[in-house]
Amino acid sequence: MDIIDILFTASFWAATIRIASPLIFATLGELICERAGVLNLGIEGIMVSGAFAGWMAVYSGTGLWVGVGVAMAVGMLFGLLHSTLTVPFGLSQHVVGLGVTLLATSSTYYAYRLALPEVTSPPKIVAFQPYEIPLLSDIPLLGPALFSQTPLTYLAFVLVAVVGLVLYRTPLGLAVRAAGENPAAVAAQGLSVTTIRMGAVIIGSGLMAVGGAFLTMSAFDSFFFEMVNGRGWICIALVVFGSWRPGKAMLGAVLFAAFDALQIRAQQTSLGAQVPYQIFLMMPYILSILALVVMSRRAEVPAALMVPFNKGER
Amino acid sequence: MDTVVVEALNLDAITKRFGTLTANDAVSLSLSEGEVVALLGENGAGKTTLMNILFGQYTADSGTVRVFGKTLPPGNSRAALDAGVGMVHQHFTLADNLTVLENITLGVGSLLSTSSGRSATRDRIKALSQKYHLSVSPNARVGALTVGERQRVEILKALYRDVRILILDEPTAVLTPQETDDLFATLRLAIADGLSVIFISHKLHEVMAISDRVVVLRHGKITGGVRTADTDKHALATLMMGTEATPPKVPQSTPGPALLKLDRVATPDVGNAPGLKSVSLSLHAGQIIGLAGVSGNGQAAIADVVGGLVKPAEGRIEIGGSGIDRWTPREAVKSGIARIPEDRHKTGTIADFDLTENAILERYRSAGFSKAGWLNWRSSRAFAEAIINKYDVRCPGPDTPIRLLSGGNMQKLILGRVLEAAPRVILANQPVRGLDIGAVNYVHGQLLEARARGAAILLISEDLDEVMAMSDVIHVIADGQLSPGFGRGSMTPTELGLWMAGQGFKNENAHAS
Repeated sequence: MDIIDILFTASFWAATIRIASPLIFATLGELICERAGVLNLGIEGIMVSGAFAGWMAVYSGTGLWVGVGVAMAVGMLFGLLHSTLTVPFGLSQHVVGLGVTLLATSSTYYAYRLALPEVTSPPKIVAFQPYEIPLLSDIPLLGPALFSQTPLTYLAFVLVAVVGLVLYRTPLGLAVRAAGENPAAVAAQGLSVTTIRMGAVIIGSGLMAVGGAFLTMSAFDSFFFEMVNGRGWICIALVVFGSWRPGKAMLGAVLFAAFDALQIRAQQTSLGAQVPYQIFLMMPYILSILALVVMSRRAEVPAALMVPFNKGER
Repeated sequence: MDTVVVEALNLDAITKRFGTLTANDAVSLSLSEGEVVALLGENGAGKTTLMNILFGQYTADSGTVRVFGKTLPPGNSRAALDAGVGMVHQHFTLADNLTVLENITLGVGSLLSTSSGRSATRDRIKALSQKYHLSVSPNARVGALTVGERQRVEILKALYRDVRILILDEPTAVLTPQETDDLFATLRLAIADGLSVIFISHKLHEVMAISDRVVVLRHGKITGGVRTADTDKHALATLMMGTEATPPKVPQSTPGPALLKLDRVATPDVGNAPGLKSVSLSLHAGQIIGLAGVSGNGQAAIADVVGGLVKPAEGRIEIGGSGIDRWTPREAVKSGIARIPEDRHKTGTIADFDLTENAILERYRSAGFSKAGWLNWRSSRAFAEAIINKYDVRCPGPDTPIRLLSGGNMQKLILGRVLEAAPRVILANQPVRGLDIGAVNYVHGQLLEARARGAAILLISEDLDEVMAMSDVIHVIADGQLSPGFGRGSMTPTELGLWMAGQGFKNENAHAS
C-alpha cells in the first residue's frame, strides 16, 4: 500500500480522530490555565493520575461516566494544589508545575501498587464502546471516520465549541482572558484575580485528567505505566501552535494525530521495509516542530502569562 | 439651590504604614456632591496610597471610609465600585489585547450571567462617548490606541458604571496640553451632572483650573486646605513644599566651542512619527539648546540620533569636531554623550535591578566598574552610594530594586548617573516629566550647574515654559523640520506657538522659492 492510499482509508481517519481526542481534552485544559495567566506544567502528571483514577473507579465497580467524574475530581485536586502555590503564594510556575507532575506521577504508581499489589499484568475494564450516530455514520468514508467514535471523543469535540463560547462570549470568559492579559485591570474592576486564576487552573486540570482517562477508558481498556508518554508536553506545544485559541488548538491536535496515525501505517508499506521504524516514530514530532515554528510566529501570548499578581503590592 | 449639601465621601483618620514608613498618618478628608477637590502633594507624599485605600486596593491599618453615609468594608474594590467610587489609575489598568468594549464591561454584572448583550452595551458606550465627548471606537483593540484615547477608555469605564465619585490619579501626566483641555471639558460636563471628583496632580495651573478646593498632603499628613478661589499658584507651591519654591536663577553664560553638530541629518519616518528632514544643529559648550514642539513631531527621532540608537540615513554627526562613522549607543556614551531618557521606566532603568546595577548600566565595562571581564561590586556600590548621598536619592539603600522608588527619586539617580560621568554633551529628554515642583527645581538647578561647568545640553520638552526658562537658544521642531535658533527672550510664547503649529516653516519655504 502506498502512503497516498492510506489517506483515503476510513481507518486512518478514525484513528486520527481517536488519537486526537485525549490531546484535545488536555490542550483545552492547558489553554484555560494559560489564558488566565498560569502555565500548568503539572499537565503530564495530572494526565497520568486521571488515567489511573478513572480506570480504577470503573474497575472498582462504578459506571463509566462516574469514572470520568472521578478522574476529573482527582485532576481538580492537583489543580487546587498547583494554583494554591502559584496564585496566592506566587511561587515559580515552572518549579511548581514540574513538582506537581512528579508528585502526581509517582503517587499514581504508588496507589496502583497499593491497590493491586500482586498483579503482573493489569486487569481490563469494559471501556467506552463506539457509538454509531444514526444516519451520519452511513456517509461513506466520513461516517466510519467521524461518527463511529466513543462518546468521550464526541465530548472532546463538543468541548472545543463550549470552551470557545465561554471564553469569547460570556462575562466569565472575558474575566479569564483579562486575568491573563493584565491582572491589574481585573482587580481595578473589583474582581478577584486570585479566584479567577485558581478557578481556571482547577477546571483546566480537571480537563487534563479527563484527557488521561480517555487513554484507559476509551482508547484502551487498561492502565499501564508510561502510557501517557509525553502527551502532556505535546499539549503545551499545541496551545502555542493554536495561538491560545480553542479551535486552532483542536486543528493542531488533529494534525499531530494524523501524523501519528500515518506513521504507524507507513511502517507497513514497502517504504517501511527499507527505512528503520524509528524514523517513522520521529515523524510526528519533527513535523510538529516544523509546524510550530511556522505557526507560533504569529501567536499572541497572553501578556501576563507567568506573571504573578499580588494585590496591594507596588 | 445650594442649600442642601450632600456629603459624598468621608475619610476618617486613615492611617497606613509600609514597614517603617507611615504613608498616611490619620488623614481625614470629606467631599461634597458635585465638588472637585484637588489633592496636592510632592512625589511620595501619600496621595496615591490614600486613594488606593479609598478604592479598596490597600487595606488601611486604621480609619474608616464612608461613601454617601455608608461605611465601606476595607480592602474591597468591588464594594467601592458598587458604592459608586471609580478610579482612574496613574498607570492605566487596561488589557491591551482586549477591545475597548471588553475592557469597559469587564466585571460589570455577574460573571455567571450568560447574556452578552453586546449591541445594547455598544449603544450605551456610544451614547456615553457622545454625551461626554469621549470619542473612541468600542471595537478597537486597546493596544492600538494612543495614550489620550486610553485615558478616555479609563474614564468611560467609570462612567459606564454610573460612578458618583471619580478619583483621577495624575490623569494629565501623560497627556498633551490639547488632550488635557479635552479631559477638563469632559470632566466639567460630568461634574455638572453631579459627579464628585478627587483630582491628584502636582501641576498647579491644572489644580487652579479645575478644582473647587485644594487639600495639601505632606509626608502623609494633611497640612492645609484652601478654597481654590482664595489662593494662587504661588501660595499653593509654598503650601505643598512647606517652604517657598523658587526656580533656580539662570546666570549668563558664554558659549564655547561646538561639541555636537548635526549637519543636514535625515531619518526615515517610523509609523506615524515623522523622521527628521535635513536637520542642522550646532550645540556649544556651556549652552542649553531647547527643543520646543508638540509631542510626536520628530523629538524622538532627534533623541535617537543623538543617543546613537538610530544612524542617520543622510547627513553627518560631528562630536567635538570629528565626524562619526560607526554610530551606536556605546559609541555615543564613549564620546561623552550622556542621556536622560524620555521614559525613565522603559528605557532609563531596569525595574527589578537594584540601584547599584542601574547606576552602572551605561558604564559597567569601563575601568573602575569591571576588570578583565569581572564586575567590581565594591566600587559599583560605592558609586551608587555616592550618587545617593550627593543627589539626595531617598531610598532604603543601594540594594533596593529601583521600581520601589518614586518617580522623582528615580530621576535623581539617573541624573546622578549622567552628571557623575562628567559628560561633554547631555541629552535631556523630558527631564522633569511627572515630577513635583521641588524635584523640577532640583533637576533644573543641576542642569544649569552642568552648563556652568561647560557641558552642552540639548533639552527636549513639550512644556514651553520649561524650554523658555532654561534655554539659551530655542529651536522649534514640527513635522521633522527644525526652525532657526531663537535667542533667549527673542520670542513670545505666541510666536513660538505659531512655529509649533508649523506656520513659520511655510513662510520660510515661501521665501526660499
